[in-house]
Amino acid sequence: MTDVQDRPDVMTRDIPAPAVTIESKPFWDAAAEGKFLIKRCNDCGQAHWYPRALCPFCFSEKTVWEESPGEGVIYTYSVMRRSPSGPYAIGYVTLNEGPAVLTNFLGVAPEALSIGQKVKVKFQPTTNGPPVPVFVPV
Amino acid sequence: MSIKGKAYIMGAYEHPLRDAPDKSTPQLHAECAKGALEDAGLTKDDIDGYFCAGDAPGFGGMSMIDYMGLRNVRHMDSTETGGSSYLLHVGHAAQAIAEGKCTVALVTLAGRPRQNKFFGGGSGKPGQLTDGPPEAGYENIYGGSTHNTYAMCAMRHMYEYGTTSEQLAWIKVAASHHAQYNPNAFLKDVVTVEDVVNSRMISDPLHLLDCCVVTDGGGALIVTSPEVAKSLKRPKVKIMGAGESPKGPQGGRGLDLTHSGAVWSGPIAFGEAGVKPSDVKYASIYDSFTITVLMQLEDLGFCEKGQGGKFVADGNLISGVGKLPFNTDGGGLCNNHPTNRGGITKVIEAVRQLRGEAHEKVQVPNCDIALAHGTGGSLGTRHGAATLIMEREA
Ligand SMILES: [Zn+2]
Repeated sequence: MTDVQDRPDVMTRDIPAPAVTIESKPFWDAAAEGKFLIKRCNDCGQAHWYPRALCPFCFSEKTVWEESPGEGVIYTYSVMRRSPSGPYAIGYVTLNEGPAVLTNFLGVAPEALSIGQKVKVKFQPTTNGPPVPVFVPV
Repeated sequence: MSIKGKAYIMGAYEHPLRDAPDKSTPQLHAECAKGALEDAGLTKDDIDGYFCAGDAPGFGGMSMIDYMGLRNVRHMDSTETGGSSYLLHVGHAAQAIAEGKCTVALVTLAGRPRQNKFFGGGSGKPGQLTDGPPEAGYENIYGGSTHNTYAMCAMRHMYEYGTTSEQLAWIKVAASHHAQYNPNAFLKDVVTVEDVVNSRMISDPLHLLDCCVVTDGGGALIVTSPEVAKSLKRPKVKIMGAGESPKGPQGGRGLDLTHSGAVWSGPIAFGEAGVKPSDVKYASIYDSFTITVLMQLEDLGFCEKGQGGKFVADGNLISGVGKLPFNTDGGGLCNNHPTNRGGITKVIEAVRQLRGEAHEKVQVPNCDIALAHGTGGSLGTRHGAATLIMEREA
C-alpha cells in the first residue's frame, strides 16, 4: 500500500482512546501487540462480535478469545462529510469467521470504497490508549 | 391480555415552540402536560399514571412527578427506547389501564437540544477501567453519529434494491408539501426532488435535506379508560393494537441493515387490532431521515420489501394526491423533532387526523384508521421499534 502521508486524497482520522472494561481488557492488551482477537463459543462453535463473556447465541460461558487475521468484506459504509478533520468512513466489515464489525475505513479515498470490497484489519495508535482496529482495502 | 378497545387517547398537545432559550426542560414537559390535560378536559389531579423516557430530567418519572405536583400517581413507567419510547408508552399505558393499574395516564416528551450540546463521547481515560455500555469501547471510537449510522442503512438499501437518492427525496418533498400549512413548522418551504439531491452531502448517500430538523419543544398525551373517555367531550380515539420490538446487530451475525424492528412490531400491532395495512387511511411514520420512512413503509407491509422507492415516488405520500398520506404536520423532516426524538408528535398528528382536526389542506377524508410508528436509537446499530394502531370511534 502507498503510505497514507504521501496521499492527501485518502481519509485519515484521529481515533480517541477506547473505553477499556474488565471484560474487554484482553482484547485491548492483544491489540497493543498488534493482534486482532474475536470471541468464539466452545459450546455452539460460533464466533461473535463484539466480544462478550457469555455467548450471545447460546448463552454459554465457554467463550474463548481467538486470534483472527481480520479479513473480510465491506457490508456497508458511509462517508461522513460533516467533520472538522475532513471526511471519514464508518462501516461494517463481515469477517471471514462470520460476524460483522463496526469500524472505520482509513487510508483510502472516499470514492474508492464499495460494498463487497475485500478489506483487512490494521491497528491505529491512539493518544494515551491502546491502538484500535481499523480496516484498509487489500 | 389484548389492549384492543381497552383505552382511548383523549388528550394531545404539541408545544408550539421550536426554539426555547428561556424555558427549562422540566418546564417544557409540564407545559405539554398542561396542554394535553386542557385538551382532554381533565386536571392534573386526575392523573394516576405517568409515562416518560430518557429525556425526562433528573430521576426521570420521580423528578417530573414531583415537579408537576402529581399527587395521585399509582403507576409509572420510564422505559427508554429513544424516539420510539412514546409510542411504546401509549401501548404500556393501555395495558396498565386494561389491568386496572390506572385510569388516566399522562405521557410527556420535551427537550432543548438547540441549547445544549449533543450527547456523545464514550472514550476512555488512560490506565483506567470503565464500566459503561458494553458496546462503547468497540464502537464509540469510530465517530458514529445519527447521520452516518442511518446513512449506512441507506447505502446498503441502495446496493440491495437499487433505491435511488431521487426516490428518497420524494419523502422530504411530501413532508414539505404538508409543512407549508403548519404555521409552527420549523421549515415551511416546499422543496423539490432537485432541491434535496442538490443539497450538501452530509454522510453518503444522505444529503442535508434527507435529514430531520433539530428543534426544542415537546408534546404530551392523555390515555384514559373507556369510562373516563365516555365522560369527556372530545372525539374518542380508540387504541386498537400496539407492538414493540428491539433490534441490534445480534452478535454480529444477524446484521441486516435493510430491515428494522418494524418487521416484528408491525405484525403484533396489526394482529391485535385485526386490521391490514390496506385498511390504514393515514400513517405517521418516524422520519429522522428519509431512509427511516422508506424502510418503515416496507417493514410495516405498505409495500413489498425493496419497493419502497417506487412506493414513495411521484408524491404518493402527499395528502390528497398519493395513496398513503403520511406526516401531515410536516413531521420530523420539516415540522419538529424535539429533544432529538420526535416519537410523541407521531401520535399527536394521528390523533388530529382521526378527530378530523388536521389542517383542512391535509386532512384525510373519512380518516377512521391511523397508524403511528416510531424508531428510536440508531437504525444502523441498535434501535427500538414501536407501532400503534388507532381507530376513530363513531
Ligand atoms: Zn454459543
